[in-house]
Amino acid sequence: MIHLAGPYLLAAVLAGLGAYGVLARRNAVLVLIGVELILNAANLLLVSVAAAGGDRWAAGNVLTLFVITIAAAEVVVALAVVLAVYRLRGDVDLDDVDLDDATVGEGQR
Amino acid sequence: MTALDVAFAAVGLITAASGLLAVTTRHVVHAALWLVVCLGAVAGCYLVLGAEFVALVQLLVYVGAIVVLVLFALMLTRAPIGPNSEISTSRLHRVLAGVLGAGVTALLAAALVPIAGPAVERHDTSTTQVAEQLFGTWVWPFEILSLLLLVALIAAMAVSRMTRPEQAADEVQAAQVQAAQTPSESA
Repeated sequence: MIHLAGPYLLAAVLAGLGAYGVLARRNAVLVLIGVELILNAANLLLVSVAAAGGDRWAAGNVLTLFVITIAAAEVVVALAVVLAVYRLRGDVDLDDVDLDDATVGEGQR
Repeated sequence: MTALDVAFAAVGLITAASGLLAVTTRHVVHAALWLVVCLGAVAGCYLVLGAEFVALVQLLVYVGAIVVLVLFALMLTRAPIGPNSEISTSRLHRVLAGVLGAGVTALLAAALVPIAGPAVERHDTSTTQVAEQLFGTWVWPFEILSLLLLVALIAAMAVSRMTRPEQAADEVQAAQVQAAQTPSESA
């Protein structure tokens, strides 16, 4: 026997922490950490609904696996973009991202 | 409070605390390492909820692969070691972000907790069941996801190898100018 209020509450907390992480970070890689926390909140919700029973086709578990796969693909592409930005500008600060030619030239110098 | 509730409260507290540290710490590398603790504790939550295969995949893919990628990216972008306030926004911005994060939590909790209801019998999903459904009902989404991973791989390679032609030409020109200037200066 398990109360589902605990998992639901934890999913809400993780989503809130992830939103804070996305909004309060300037380093682009650390913003991705916030995104991961939000995705984990969604996964936790799926698994806890599966634990309550009643989902057909093991949907809660299988969809969680799918979300984990998509998260891996998302992180790979996002980090490639972050590294490309770093090569162009010399930092990954999101406060003054401006990919105009002038900025790129300054980053090169 | 049942035994499972107590177990979930324990791993849940670790998850929430390490997640909070991951988004608030001023050490860049510590944020990634707290993320390891947080995702590992989420795997523990899955175990308590009776999803053993998902817990293992969480450990393998998230903790084993994604966090290592994040650490690599931090290394390649020359992340500073030691406390650094530059990685977070200004204080006002952080307060606003905190209000918004708390709002998200309050909204989701207000929507979800009332529908939780009384304690339910835990419904375990065995790995056999997951495998049967994954390669039965869900086989086409599964195959398309493998295509998605391939596309992501190619896209990441294309993005990371991308240079702009005019920029490459500028660099060659700058190198030639510098090479031409250096002897005249030394002479």
